[in-house]
Amino acid sequence: MTAAVPNTAAENEVMIELRGVNKWYDKFHVLKDINLQVAKGERIVVCGPSGSVPSTMIRCINRLEEHQKGQIIVDGTELTSDLRQIEQIRKEVGMVFQHFNLFPHLTVLENLALAPMWVRKMPRKEAEAIGMQYLERVKIPDQAKKYPGQLSGGQQQRVAIARSLCMNPRIMLFDEPTSALDPEMIKEVLDVMIELAESGMTMMCVTHEMGFAKTVADKVIFMDRGQIVESNPPEEFFNNPQNERTQLFLSQIIGH
Amino acid sequence: MSHDFAPLPDLPPPGTTVGAVGWLRRNLFSNVANSILTLFAIYLLATLLPPLFSWLFFKADWIGDSREACTSGGACWVFIRARFSTFMYGFFPENETWRINLIYIALIACMVPLFIDSFRHKVKLGVFVIFVFPIFGFILLFGGVFGLEQTETSQWGGLTLTLLLASVGCVAALPLGILLALGRQATNMPAVKSMCVLFIEFWRGVPLITVLFMSSVMLPLFLPEGVSFDKLLRALIGITLFQSAYIAEVVRGGLQAIPKGQYEAADALGLSYWKKMGLIVLPQAMKIVIPGIVNTFIALFKDTTLVIIVGLLDILGMVQNALNDPNWLGYSTEGYVFTAFVFWIFCFSMSRYSQSLERKLHTGHKR
Repeated sequence: MTAAVPNTAAENEVMIELRGVNKWYDKFHVLKDINLQVAKGERIVVCGPSGSVPSTMIRCINRLEEHQKGQIIVDGTELTSDLRQIEQIRKEVGMVFQHFNLFPHLTVLENLALAPMWVRKMPRKEAEAIGMQYLERVKIPDQAKKYPGQLSGGQQQRVAIARSLCMNPRIMLFDEPTSALDPEMIKEVLDVMIELAESGMTMMCVTHEMGFAKTVADKVIFMDRGQIVESNPPEEFFNNPQNERTQLFLSQIIGH
Repeated sequence: MSHDFAPLPDLPPPGTTVGAVGWLRRNLFSNVANSILTLFAIYLLATLLPPLFSWLFFKADWIGDSREACTSGGACWVFIRARFSTFMYGFFPENETWRINLIYIALIACMVPLFIDSFRHKVKLGVFVIFVFPIFGFILLFGGVFGLEQTETSQWGGLTLTLLLASVGCVAALPLGILLALGRQATNMPAVKSMCVLFIEFWRGVPLITVLFMSSVMLPLFLPEGVSFDKLLRALIGITLFQSAYIAEVVRGGLQAIPKGQYEAADALGLSYWKKMGLIVLPQAMKIVIPGIVNTFIALFKDTTLVIIVGLLDILGMVQNALNDPNWLGYSTEGYVFTAFVFWIFCFSMSRYSQSLERKLHTGHKR
């Protein structure tokens, strides 16, 4: 588990492609000419001194944020303002949020079964069976009947991961999944993510957990001031950072 | 530091801080000002309550069938008894009032299972009560089919009319209000949004009494000749539109209280707009706004008495009508006390029901 196992099968199949993507918040230029390719099964960790730039980038991939210039192609479909295409892509792209965003009025199992039932039109029984299966995979099947508010942060985040997996996505996006957790809960969430990475899921993860990056990432991307500064395999990235800003960032992160 | 830990025994609290004496000290006589207020309140109750109770109950006349029975100087409840059926049924044909009673009984029979926790088909029953029951009720009230004698809407009155106006107003205004609130939130559809804003601000800006006047006096002027529709129907439409504007604003408050993350999580799972709203956002928002919605329902329930100005006689109208009867002149106090009591019963029940609903729907997130 020291280095990522390179994914040999279908290495050339591109799952996510960003071509010259630009985004502005009013006049503030958040993303500047982002070019990026993610192959099937690739695990990408994105980091940066300000969490918002990497977050904004991955939120563009499932259109939670709109980009104003350039192309984003996910699983062969280009993101435009066409609602059906957006919904099509969202079915295939799971997302895990910093603040879990579980539905507080539904039980854990109902949270899990909701999207398969209403988006995939699966019968309730089947959807709940799938929900239980993923709940077992994140090791909390005994919490199925509880409401999210009764779980710890780490358990909630594991439910959130399971909820995304229930849609059987081809890509998983993680937006700072451990930033809102108490230190003792980070490990249980990272363990689930590592297991998922080892199963061959295509993943993009915004995180500052450099241990996680070293363990599973195929590529680490460092972003600063709206640009991709450096993009390298973890050994290269951590041992031999090319850019001055990457070096500074790493020294600060590892220093503390 | 190696002393054995010996827990102290639990002692009862000092006698003056618990029990009735403790409670009195803490709450009624905690300081001089509080003690004076307490004594003043006791004095007020002692002077006001005995005459009130004696008028209401002890010296009141209950039995009889004309004003000759009212001799003891208290309230003359004989008046209410004698006119009770007109207060309840208005001018509905007397031998047809079983139809109204049947509606009440059927409605209660449908509502009871909704209060039983273990009943599993609440949603189906709710849909039935909202969509099928009104048709059943209308057929029974209006008649003209199945050998039922046809009635005129002008014969509908009393409490029946009050309940009809209030329930149609609430049931029809709620979905309309929700749609208006959603429309007002639709920032990516400026045309829809501005229409909703215009609608809401117009109806919120005019008093209900004006709406009723407009619907009964002005509207016929704008309609083409020969087209006329029922006065009651016009009042109902006016009340519904008026009420929906208020509901919309209450619901909007709830929508704004739902964190952005809930919308994003629903989006990220691929839920369409209507599924996102129907399954995730509205269930949470509606739960938050139950007190506000019930508040507007209660206000509407009382506002229905305004229909008297367009000549519809609800329970208050029927009471006033009875007060003009030469046989019963001078019993207005009894009439208004009775009306107030009926309104209070309904409004208080609504308020209690909303509180129990809030408790029942309270899931986890604050537990």
